[in-house]
Amino acid sequence: MLDAKIPEGKLEHKWNNYLFRVHLVSPANKRKYQIIVVGSGLAGASAAASLGELGYQVTLLTYHDSPRRAHSIAAQGGINAAKNYHNDGDSVFRLFYDTIKGGDYRAREANVYRLAQVSSHIIDQAVAQGVPFAREYGGHLDNRSFGGAQVARTFYAKGQTGQQLLLGSYGALNRQIHAGNVKLYTRHDMLDVVVADGQARGVIARDLVTGEIRRFSGHAVVLATGGYGNVYYLSTNAKLSNATAIWRAYRKGAFFANPAFTQIHPTCIPQSGDYQSKLTLMSESLRNDGRVWVPKTKETAEKLRKHQINPQDVTEEERDYYLERRYPSFGNLVPRDVASRAAKERCDAGFGVAPTGLGVYLDFKESIERHGKETIEARYGNLFQMYEKITSHNPYQRPMTIYPAVHYTMGGLWIDYNLMTTIPGLYAIGEANFSDHGANRLGASALMQGLADGYFILPVTIGDYLSEHRGDDLTTDRPEFETAESEMRETIDHLLGRNGKKTPDQFHRELGEIMWHSVGMSRNAEGLNHAIEEIRKLRAEFETNLKTVGKAEEYNETLEKAMRVRDFLELGELMAKDALLREESCGGHFREEFQTEDGEARRDDEHFTYVSAWEHSPQGPVLHKEHLTFEKVTPTQRSYK
Amino acid sequence: MKITLKIWRQKNNSSKGRFVEYSVDNVNGHMSFLEMLDVLNENLIHKGEDPVAFTHDCREGICGSCGIVINGRPHGPDTAVATCQLHMRNFKDGDVILVEPWRARAFPVIKDLAVDRSAFDRILQAGGYVSVDTGSAPEANAILVPKEKAEEAFLAAACIGCGACVAACKNASAMLFVSAKISHLALLPQGDPERRERALKMVKAMDEEGFGPCTNTGACEAECPKEISVAHIARLNREYLMATFT
Ligand SMILES: Cc1cc2nc3c(=O)[nH]c(=O)nc-3n(C[C@H](O)[C@H](O)[C@H](O)COP(=O)(O)OP(=O)(O)OC[C@H]3O[C@@H](n4cnc5c(N)ncnc54)[C@H](O)[C@@H]3O)c2cc1C
Ligand code: SF4
Ligand code: FES
Repeated sequence: MLDAKIPEGKLEHKWNNYLFRVHLVSPANKRKYQIIVVGSGLAGASAAASLGELGYQVTLLTYHDSPRRAHSIAAQGGINAAKNYHNDGDSVFRLFYDTIKGGDYRAREANVYRLAQVSSHIIDQAVAQGVPFAREYGGHLDNRSFGGAQVARTFYAKGQTGQQLLLGSYGALNRQIHAGNVKLYTRHDMLDVVVADGQARGVIARDLVTGEIRRFSGHAVVLATGGYGNVYYLSTNAKLSNATAIWRAYRKGAFFANPAFTQIHPTCIPQSGDYQSKLTLMSESLRNDGRVWVPKTKETAEKLRKHQINPQDVTEEERDYYLERRYPSFGNLVPRDVASRAAKERCDAGFGVAPTGLGVYLDFKESIERHGKETIEARYGNLFQMYEKITSHNPYQRPMTIYPAVHYTMGGLWIDYNLMTTIPGLYAIGEANFSDHGANRLGASALMQGLADGYFILPVTIGDYLSEHRGDDLTTDRPEFETAESEMRETIDHLLGRNGKKTPDQFHRELGEIMWHSVGMSRNAEGLNHAIEEIRKLRAEFETNLKTVGKAEEYNETLEKAMRVRDFLELGELMAKDALLREESCGGHFREEFQTEDGEARRDDEHFTYVSAWEHSPQGPVLHKEHLTFEKVTPTQRSYK
Repeated sequence: MKITLKIWRQKNNSSKGRFVEYSVDNVNGHMSFLEMLDVLNENLIHKGEDPVAFTHDCREGICGSCGIVINGRPHGPDTAVATCQLHMRNFKDGDVILVEPWRARAFPVIKDLAVDRSAFDRILQAGGYVSVDTGSAPEANAILVPKEKAEEAFLAAACIGCGACVAACKNASAMLFVSAKISHLALLPQGDPERRERALKMVKAMDEEGFGPCTNTGACEAECPKEISVAHIARLNREYLMATFT
């Protein structure tokens, strides 16, 4: 029943076939269409700018005070593209293949192939905008390698690639704002999608400064609202990242795909106390030059935990470079899910080195000796500085202590080949959709996907839909807007009216604990069932024991948080349900019951080669399956040995 | 440790503000300044009081959302950090800390420590970009950029748009911010065709937003979390002069 609308033809030709057949809107008519884009990260900014250039009338909403502050700004390591600038055997096919394999054969071939095809143009576009990527002495672009790949295809700008790419898109967006094609609403929080006649017609948003509730209407709505990793409370995501936009869309009928697929990033700075507000990522690029180890004996680990000895004093013979030992061919550059589980395995076995026991070393000593301090500084200077500011340890002298943390969500709104959700006229792009990364995303591929969606795919596919909806009535005076708005007011009054004892943050932290322990790096049926029960209890308590302050018609962050937490609580339960359903291990989803003898993930292709797409219903979520077929690659057990 | 805070409280743009004193116990050196404020805010909510509004998001010094004047210094006493990267180990038990918003005519206070910096966006909208439509870019390696130039441009482009330079300046000038963008694009071949026009448009927009003239004292550079150099201001002046003469 779920139709992904994949075009006819051979994999290599699908996108071209599509481009040839797609319905276009004539240049003169584009002006007559109003498109709402929510979100100004890489996906949203690139989409809004490109749609504006084409001549559409775009309304852009973001809760940030400037589009440039979107979470994408924090991406560090780089962006992939199949340029093959190094003559090292890269190609569109190889990037496609690595992505499908890295995702553990749970992504849709046609979408991934298209992504690899357009990847090159993203770099061209960014360079033309003036994005200052790293360069070689001859003035050509430089590359580095990322996990899960044996070629150097990652473009970067020091450890600030996301910042530079976003500033590029933001520039393009600014140009369209100046030209009057994009109308920007900052500090506007989208709270609901309005669906009328079975189509997305607009959104309801709250002005975060005045508290005013506003209606926006359009011929189509694009959600570019990012991922939902903050359901775990602690993650590497920006503090304000949240699930509200996609969750509200789900409640309005958009299917939610693979909610359980979460990426835990292996190299983050471990938690230091219970006041901790977020976790800081140390880019994957560090694994190009850093070696991961723990001591070979528990006694040494114990001494390190108690600060009785320093890691620099542990001899080579006493060190266990466990990634190099277990995965000789990829070594420190195994994909994230593999590296994270390996760290957890060592720490659970008693070899962890942080005071909490939850930490392993990432050591640059050998690289510094080989390449010199300057080279390492040129590559990672800002990351080393960031590390030192946070921990007060100098990574040039002492290995970093790292531990896995929640980083990215592969799940998201289900979309077809057009990037359209199951609600006609409602699109999801960037991390907000589930599309291309299967059960595990490769490093440097999120930026690529967000920009592919925003610059090159959505601007074409949206025309196909719009061409048939020109005459649509755009009034906001219709009952559907009325209802959505009054429901929102009721919810707000309700949240402000419960005079309980726990703050939204307290609920959020509790939810995070449940999620991290039972729906985190490794999962099992018992834990998941328990988590579902616990979340339900917490939801019930949220109804009666929530403490908020302030009023609806003013700047009110407590209210904002309460609305986020309400949605996270519901989403958390769906994630646990999805994880329970998937009785296999694949990518970031590791079910303890399903592993090989040496502890690797064991997929079950016979029963689970599908995308789980959940539909909201008052009786509880209903499962739909999109079966995945592989024409080009044959799913095999992933091996990085 | 125990810290006393004197925080600027202002309900909204039209009301008058004042300092209010709070104390926070159990402050730990590993906490960031914002985490310490989180703790204060949780306490306030429990007491049914209005939490202190401040802007933040990434909490790792890159989004440019945060910005508080701490003991008279934008982003506080540490160097080369944004407020979110300032750790409490920079303070000691018993300290009294003065906490204020950015103060500048072009950055009106919205609430407490949160200000409106949309003037920065409008300056960039006026011309802080290369005009290239999606799809019309040449092959990336067709544009060669010498390594040093690319690195210099990168350093300018590293500005996070936080506004500390404006807050640090007694004229509330935005020259460091504007010059960082001008430099970034002027250093690259891609930015060359629109160079003159860009300088004129951005400077005009900057003046219209009510930012003051440069004091030439370098206070901005000293407080900039990304260590953006005042040398860019010199470049901006050159670019502007060149543009007005031709
Ligand atoms: C620390 C870190 C480092 C990373 N490094 C890399 C890397 O090196 N390479 C890589 O490929 N990927 C990296 N990633 C992943 C990548 O950064 C993200 O997946 C990607 O930037 C997401 O972009 P986006 O445009 O989909 O969403 P975001 O950038 O998250 O933007 C979301 C936007 O939506 C808006 N929004 C959300 N909800 C609402 C609402 N209800 N109302 C109004 N507006 C709303 C926000 O204001 C924001 O503008 C990294 C991630 C992290 C956390
Ligand atoms: S120049 Fe420095 S202080 Fe000014 S906005 Fe940019 S980063 Fe902030
Ligand atoms: S919160 Fe992003 S720079 Fe401080």
